[in-house]
Amino acid sequence: MAAPAPNADGLVVGSSLERVLRAGRFAVCGEMGPPQSCNPEAIRRSAQHFLGKVDAVNLTDNQTAIVRMSSIAAAKLCIDCGLEPIIQMTCRDRNRIAMQSDLMGAAALGIRNVLCISGDHQCFGNHPEARGVYDIDSVQLVATVRGMRDRSELMNGEGTPPRPRDPSKPWANVPTPLFVGAAANPFGDPFEFRVVRLAKKIAAGADFIQTQAIYDLPRFERFMELTRDRGLHEKAFIIAGVLPVKSHKALTYMKDNVAGMSIPDELVERMKGAENAEEEGIRVCVEIIDAVRRIEGVRGVHIMPPLWERVVPEIVSRAGLLPRPTFAEPAEVR
Amino acid sequence: MIVAARKPFEEILDILGDAERILVSACNTCVTVCLVGGRREAALLASQLRIHAQEAGREIEVRESALERHCDREFLDALTEDLEWADVMLSTACGVGVNLVADVNPTRRIVPALNTTFFGATDLPGRWREMCGGCGDCVLHKTGGICPVVRCAKSILNGPCGGCQDGKCEVDKDTTCAWQDIIERLDGQGRSPELEVFEPIKDWRASHAGGRRRRIVEEVFAGDAEVSA
Repeated sequence: MAAPAPNADGLVVGSSLERVLRAGRFAVCGEMGPPQSCNPEAIRRSAQHFLGKVDAVNLTDNQTAIVRMSSIAAAKLCIDCGLEPIIQMTCRDRNRIAMQSDLMGAAALGIRNVLCISGDHQCFGNHPEARGVYDIDSVQLVATVRGMRDRSELMNGEGTPPRPRDPSKPWANVPTPLFVGAAANPFGDPFEFRVVRLAKKIAAGADFIQTQAIYDLPRFERFMELTRDRGLHEKAFIIAGVLPVKSHKALTYMKDNVAGMSIPDELVERMKGAENAEEEGIRVCVEIIDAVRRIEGVRGVHIMPPLWERVVPEIVSRAGLLPRPTFAEPAEVR
Repeated sequence: MIVAARKPFEEILDILGDAERILVSACNTCVTVCLVGGRREAALLASQLRIHAQEAGREIEVRESALERHCDREFLDALTEDLEWADVMLSTACGVGVNLVADVNPTRRIVPALNTTFFGATDLPGRWREMCGGCGDCVLHKTGGICPVVRCAKSILNGPCGGCQDGKCEVDKDTTCAWQDIIERLDGQGRSPELEVFEPIKDWRASHAGGRRRRIVEEVFAGDAEVSA
């Protein structure tokens, strides 16, 4: 089966995120960590901070390898609140059978965006004794989702029929409509190779890219320069990550404990010297958003407020990113 | 070679339980090279057992033996007499040796003194590092001789992940990122364009994921292929 033709607006999936990006608007994503329990209220409460302030919100997949409510279940709760989710899917906890099954399940529930990532190693979480799966890697996962979407095909080349197969009846395979994202870390090493890996992810079929949280602007600018040199900014929508912090301690913690982050000492000092650290954290975040918006090829911002969702409206408002576009009618795709 | 580490002494005591006649059997091959299960280490372990029993006021007998290899049937006959005498054989061979001796002597109790850890190399005196995962489908020709399956904590075939910083793996700051090494090696050989090639999804059937593996050389093999032991 040939790849589905996009509709007149260039839409393939029709998620709000895709519509905003393809319309050339600057996109805004949020991020939510599901609770470490089955409490749906945690998601509903958190969703209120994002509603109308972002185009879509990431639901982390057992982030830092700590057991949490499934990102797909949490995403469905978001949909029920009127908030568009982007599920994250790691390669750590599922083999190819479970991944493809969950992707179908997610799409069946109305989820339209997925971010494919390697996942934090299980040694960082609350079950360090666990056996990691890593059957496939994140680049291969991107290619898999594209196959399921564009060719209605699983990794093994089999089709995805509408019902349990009855060979006596003809069928048309059902595509899995997902807008495919991948992560890029401009602050990981080796630096030059980060763009090569980005190119591999885009070649594998990533529609959008979300970056690691940016604090080191010069390094991010160099990364974007290399990205533009290869024309990658025209092949996928690059969404810059920002992570607002309430105190210098959060920055120091990340600097010392989170692999693949670059946090300038001046920023730690600035936060340390602030009279009102929360206010300063908001200012820093808005400044970074302003700066990344001016970089050619950056098509949106991804705000990741760890346990600080209530700050999102303030940041989005001060950054001049309101109002967010609304879509009364669902997009006609396919 | 196969690299192993000794189990804690307390655990070995627990495994041996009430056994009074203990055969400690050393292996002269891999575990001798990695200084954990050769004649010398087995003798040390035997002495530890005798001293511990003496201090605990228990009567035990410990015999020591050593085989060229525990993983080859032709060497195992030498154990027969001692095995008949012993309540338990405490093997300082790797897990392969424990399995084969136990398969060949199904009525005897054969227990491990070691934890078998990996296929590795002595890269510096006193240091062994994992080099191969025995995945059954080698990709080393594409990766400059560096195995992404075991040298990368996530077995990433299109690496590196976002956790590589200063060339180190996020899982252990004392371990170089395998992909950092692969990139440097291929760059150094003028092969960096190969790094842009997408490595497709791996067929894990050749690994343990496909169940227990075996290899038969027809010209030499004289047994019944269906018999496991």
